[in-house]
Amino acid sequence: MSVSEKFYQAFLYNDRWVQYLRGVGTTLLVTVIALAIGIVIGTVVALVRTAHDQQREKRNPLLAAVNFILQIYVTVIRGTPMMVQLLIMAMVIFASSRNFTLVGALTLGINSGAYVSEIIRGGLMAVDSGQMEAGRSLGLNYISTMRFIIIPQAIKAVLPALGNEFIILLKDTSLITFIGGKELLYAAQGIMNRTYEAMFPLLIVAGMYLILVMIFTWLLGRFERKLRESDRR
Amino acid sequence: MKKLITILLAGCMVLALAACSGGASGGGTQASTAPAAETPAFATVNAGKLTMSTNAAFPPYEMTKDDGSFEGIDVEIAGAIAKELGLELQIDDMDFDAALLAVQQGKSDIVMAGVTVNDERKQVMDFSDSYSTGVQVIIVPEGSDIASVDDLAGHTIGTQRGTTGNIYCTDEFGEENVVAYDNGLTATQALVNGQIDCIVIDSAPAAEFVKANPGLAILDTEYATEDYAIGLGKGNTELKDAVNAALQKLIADGTVQSIVDKYIKAE
Repeated sequence: MSVSEKFYQAFLYNDRWVQYLRGVGTTLLVTVIALAIGIVIGTVVALVRTAHDQQREKRNPLLAAVNFILQIYVTVIRGTPMMVQLLIMAMVIFASSRNFTLVGALTLGINSGAYVSEIIRGGLMAVDSGQMEAGRSLGLNYISTMRFIIIPQAIKAVLPALGNEFIILLKDTSLITFIGGKELLYAAQGIMNRTYEAMFPLLIVAGMYLILVMIFTWLLGRFERKLRESDRR
Repeated sequence: MKKLITILLAGCMVLALAACSGGASGGGTQASTAPAAETPAFATVNAGKLTMSTNAAFPPYEMTKDDGSFEGIDVEIAGAIAKELGLELQIDDMDFDAALLAVQQGKSDIVMAGVTVNDERKQVMDFSDSYSTGVQVIIVPEGSDIASVDDLAGHTIGTQRGTTGNIYCTDEFGEENVVAYDNGLTATQALVNGQIDCIVIDSAPAAEFVKANPGLAILDTEYATEDYAIGLGKGNTELKDAVNAALQKLIADGTVQSIVDKYIKAE
């Protein structure tokens, strides 16, 4: 079989490209859900942990307890492989769920949250302590100072690192194939099993991931430029 | 402009890589046929060894033992064939779809994993004579509302990726109703969990899965009986003839039958 015939068989024959496109749809859906979960969890965890670490004289026992639990969360999630977490979620915790895509998205989101929290925490801690002091001395309370002064500066600093994490997240969606999630890699494997040809389905899928990541990078770059508009450097 | 060049360069790299893989596989087959002219009539991937790729989660044809070694009908038949050919049997365990690809790409000499002979597979690999048969059956939980193949529509069907059952079901009931698992054991776990409604898989492993998991039952289907055979690389006629000769001898002297009887108790 010639190369063009192989490509035809892997992509065009029997409208197989539709399968890839459906895979892209699932991949994007999972990425968006996981991203949202990751950002929410990550921000909350980072804010609580920063608040705990930055308190001065009297220590808040409630904050200490929550901080301790969140530390366990970050340790466990960062300390176990993504694949193992996915299998545990699909076969133990949500053993009776049929929505493999959603279980996958949830797992990826929880996983991403741990990494995002550390990135954001790093950003918050990096903002000079004088900024907080200045805000407080101008009469803003802790929350307002965080919201209007600290967080905007932190976001700009952590954006490249966050972009990295999101790209990893997008590519990790391919793992949900192994719990039955029908995303891009699943489509390629299905076609490989019918044609017994591995090259084109895999190259096509690799190309599609690459395009998705490039679009993603471009969007992030635009966002970064937007935030830099008022910079004087 | 710079971006355009970058994209073009990336494209060139992909093509170069593709060309590489094509060239390498061409070279591989040459290398493996060259020594064939010397002493034996056939060459193997590893000299002195018969390399068999399989998916050892397909009882009673192949399964792992607690010490990590393999047993089963295919394993014993392959062992007997290797002995006939004066080779040592080496087993590579992997996913079923990967096991089929391994023999096509010259990474293994034979694939034995309860492989059904069909026309699509004949296009990409050669097959020995058949040594056993199987049929696709349905596993359901007891008390399921599925009573025959006709009831499958609208239910979530579990299958093993790359098997004939997987292909039949996606053709007949649509990709969206079929879930492909890496092996039958994982599919059975999902069925026990209630994540899928039934499994379509070969009869012999189905019997093993049902035996191991109380509360499951087997339904017959009207799918045609399938011939299991040993898959070999396309055009590897020397090895195919040698394997066939050994297989025929083993069938004639009753070895194959006794191995099958050992694992599948006649009812």
